[in-house]
Amino acid sequence: MPKIKLSDNTINIIKEVCAEFDNKESELINVLHKVQGKLGYLPAEVQEVIARELKTSVAKVYGVVTFYSFFTMIPKGEFPISICMGTACYVRGAEQVLSEFKRQLKVEVGESTSDGKFSLNCLRCVGACGLAPVVTVGEKVYGRVAPTQVKDIIAEYRNNVCDVARTA
Amino acid sequence: MTDYRMHLLICGGTGCKASESSEIKNQLDQYLSEYDLDQEVQVLLTGCFGFCEKGPIVKVLPDNTFYTEVKPSDAKDIVMEHIIKGRPVKRLLYKNPKNDYEVTTATNIDFYKKQIRIALRNCGFINPENIDEYIGRDGYAALGKCLTEMTPEEVIKEIKDSGLRGRGGGGFPTGLKWEITRNVQNDQKYVVCNADEGDPGAFMDRSILEGDPHTVIEAMIICGYCIGADTGLVYIRAEYPLAIERLKIAIGQAEEYGLLGNDILGTGFSFKIELRYGAGAFVCGEETALIHSMEGLRGEPTVKPPFPSVSGYNGKPTNVNNVETFANIPVIINKGANWFNKIGTEKSKGTKVFALAGKINNVGLIEVPMGTTLREVIYDIGGGIKDGKQFKSVQTGGPSGGCLTKKFLDTPIDYDNLVEAGSMMGSGGMIVMDEDDCMVSIARFYLEFTLEESCGKCNPCRIGNKRLHEILTRITEGNGTPEDIDRLRVLSEVIKDTSLCGLGQSSPNPVLSTLNNFMDEYLAHVNEGKCPAGQCKALVRYEINPELCTGCTLCFRNCPVGAITGERRVAHFIDQSLCIKCGVCFEKCKFNAISLT
Ligand SMILES: Cc1cc2nc3c(=O)[nH]c(=O)nc-3n(C[C@H](O)[C@H](O)[C@H](O)COP(=O)(O)O)c2cc1C
Ligand code: SF4
Ligand code: SF4
Ligand code: FES
Ligand code: FES
Repeated sequence: MPKIKLSDNTINIIKEVCAEFDNKESELINVLHKVQGKLGYLPAEVQEVIARELKTSVAKVYGVVTFYSFFTMIPKGEFPISICMGTACYVRGAEQVLSEFKRQLKVEVGESTSDGKFSLNCLRCVGACGLAPVVTVGEKVYGRVAPTQVKDIIAEYRNNVCDVARTA
Repeated sequence: MTDYRMHLLICGGTGCKASESSEIKNQLDQYLSEYDLDQEVQVLLTGCFGFCEKGPIVKVLPDNTFYTEVKPSDAKDIVMEHIIKGRPVKRLLYKNPKNDYEVTTATNIDFYKKQIRIALRNCGFINPENIDEYIGRDGYAALGKCLTEMTPEEVIKEIKDSGLRGRGGGGFPTGLKWEITRNVQNDQKYVVCNADEGDPGAFMDRSILEGDPHTVIEAMIICGYCIGADTGLVYIRAEYPLAIERLKIAIGQAEEYGLLGNDILGTGFSFKIELRYGAGAFVCGEETALIHSMEGLRGEPTVKPPFPSVSGYNGKPTNVNNVETFANIPVIINKGANWFNKIGTEKSKGTKVFALAGKINNVGLIEVPMGTTLREVIYDIGGGIKDGKQFKSVQTGGPSGGCLTKKFLDTPIDYDNLVEAGSMMGSGGMIVMDEDDCMVSIARFYLEFTLEESCGKCNPCRIGNKRLHEILTRITEGNGTPEDIDRLRVLSEVIKDTSLCGLGQSSPNPVLSTLNNFMDEYLAHVNEGKCPAGQCKALVRYEINPELCTGCTLCFRNCPVGAITGERRVAHFIDQSLCIKCGVCFEKCKFNAISLT
């Protein structure tokens, strides 16, 4: 991955979050939640700043970031697409829906399209099992998705920019 | 609920929210104010009603009319017909599928008839964002009783006598755990609520927190009083934003009412509750891992003993209980141990909440007395298998559990019976599968999950599960051998015996239970290169029978990859080199012309 140069502004945001938690190492996970909330993702360069502020090693920060699936080192697409791979969705055909998304977007799970518009991820049970299989785009939840609908869902976002789905 | 003549309760659970329940509320509010009824009728967003399959749900109080599958465009009729003219909107009532009769109230719907709601008692009845409504249904009465009339020992005795066992999976007696933690001497102790709910395909704890957050808060305070702790921590998944928001509101309200903070109810007892966020690691549901995660570390389990009761968060005695376990506590105190322990079986008392899902007609959240049979759950409550298919298996216990067959349908559900049957209670996921589900693929699905979620500390779990997954993948791709089946069994036993935590110790269960109950399917894969359920893509072929094909072009129009050729009224043909085996054509064909071989 090419090295990113963080702006002073970004560095300050990170420092502020760390300070909010008294630069305590034991608050690492809370710091990561908050920083990811503000920046959207946690690339290596951001982790370095956090490690410095909390006076701990980059290895430890990296170890925690990679342990938890909620933390991501890759920026999400403008419209993050998540396929529910919980058991209820799986038995109702989530795999076929996923492979159709992969085919249409030409990306693998965890990747973003080259124009940065879509990213594709899996998650486990959003609590709407009654609507299985479930797909979420940003905050919007699509239920009972059939592989044939995948094209239409993507088109909804590809052409007209839909505000509901845009997340920080 | 005093000033209003009527209330409209709308499901604000995740499922119904996904079907625009918030918009229904907006529309109702709008019509009510249009007809100057907004001072007489109040619209509230509640937690999940349980009957998610027929969501969005709208319930009218005081007459208890229960509307299902409501759309925003129905708001006008509900206001005009029901509220103004006083007659229910018939087309929105639930229709009993057996006789097509409309059912007006929830209590008369088969889905609810066999349920007893203790942990879910308030879900769908109160506005979870209003503490007064919780108090109006006996909320915080148990806390008052404990703090003013009972000693901690008496409370613990009551919980012990009730027979309540942990609902997080292990089934450890709750009263005993509290007693052990109480008896450890230390100035600082903690109460932890485990709201990490990692089982994929389950949403019990989430629904309780979204629908009735105060019950968990009340129980945590009671627990703090019993064990001598002044701090409670809720470890909750960051992926549950609604539950987090409602918990925060509830904590704020409880503080305002003097139910949390210093000198609660003037008794001198002090207690505070804070939230800690999980970050999407299943293993963090395991209590030692959860504690390490709260300390800001990687969530890796450690050896027990020492148990958290002795040395937990920051090395201090910590009592960890599950959300649903806590939700039972206030009721036990209010109604007494002797009321509670009459429900259930000899060794498993009370009820259990299950997230019933999969190939079943009534997907939803249910709460049944222990001892209810699987058949009652699946057929009476669940309404049977979807689309008239054959029942094949029911999976309980999530990734740690097993797949049970027909022969277990009459087994009364309790902790011990499920273990004996080769599965486990787990936290309450219950997935029903039909004839179209390949059990080898199901085993592979669960292994894929544990593989991703293993913390990596033990070799058998980290590497062994990977090997299990590879073998299962090989079998589903048609490259398995009979020796692979033996390997699965041997490896499974080794992983079970040599892993440190519950994750590794139970990860082979889906494999072993499917080997025990569905060996014929494994054999069909390895010996004949066939997937009897027709699910393993590498082993199936979709073909069009030219004699039956009418040339309607439906499959041609629906095939996502253009693998089908043919003209109108002429038999079509599938190009196998293009077909991705999505099965769409098979589902669409009205003439049974497409076969799966
Ligand atoms: C891999 C693994 C995952 C677990 N996940 C959860 C969970 O999501 N929620 C939960 O309450 N308990 C979970 N447990 C059980 C906890 O370790 C612990 O026993 C429980 O929270 C104790 O509460 P209880 O006695 O009220 O059930 C899990 C255990 C293991 C081994
Ligand atoms: S059994 Fe697996 S999840 Fe548990 S401690 Fe060992 S490696 Fe980690
Ligand atoms: S199974 Fe799917 S890809 Fe294959 S022919 Fe049918 S519709 Fe087309
Ligand atoms: S498994 Fe997908 S929403 Fe529950
Ligand atoms: S989410 Fe509405 S009934 Fe379950």
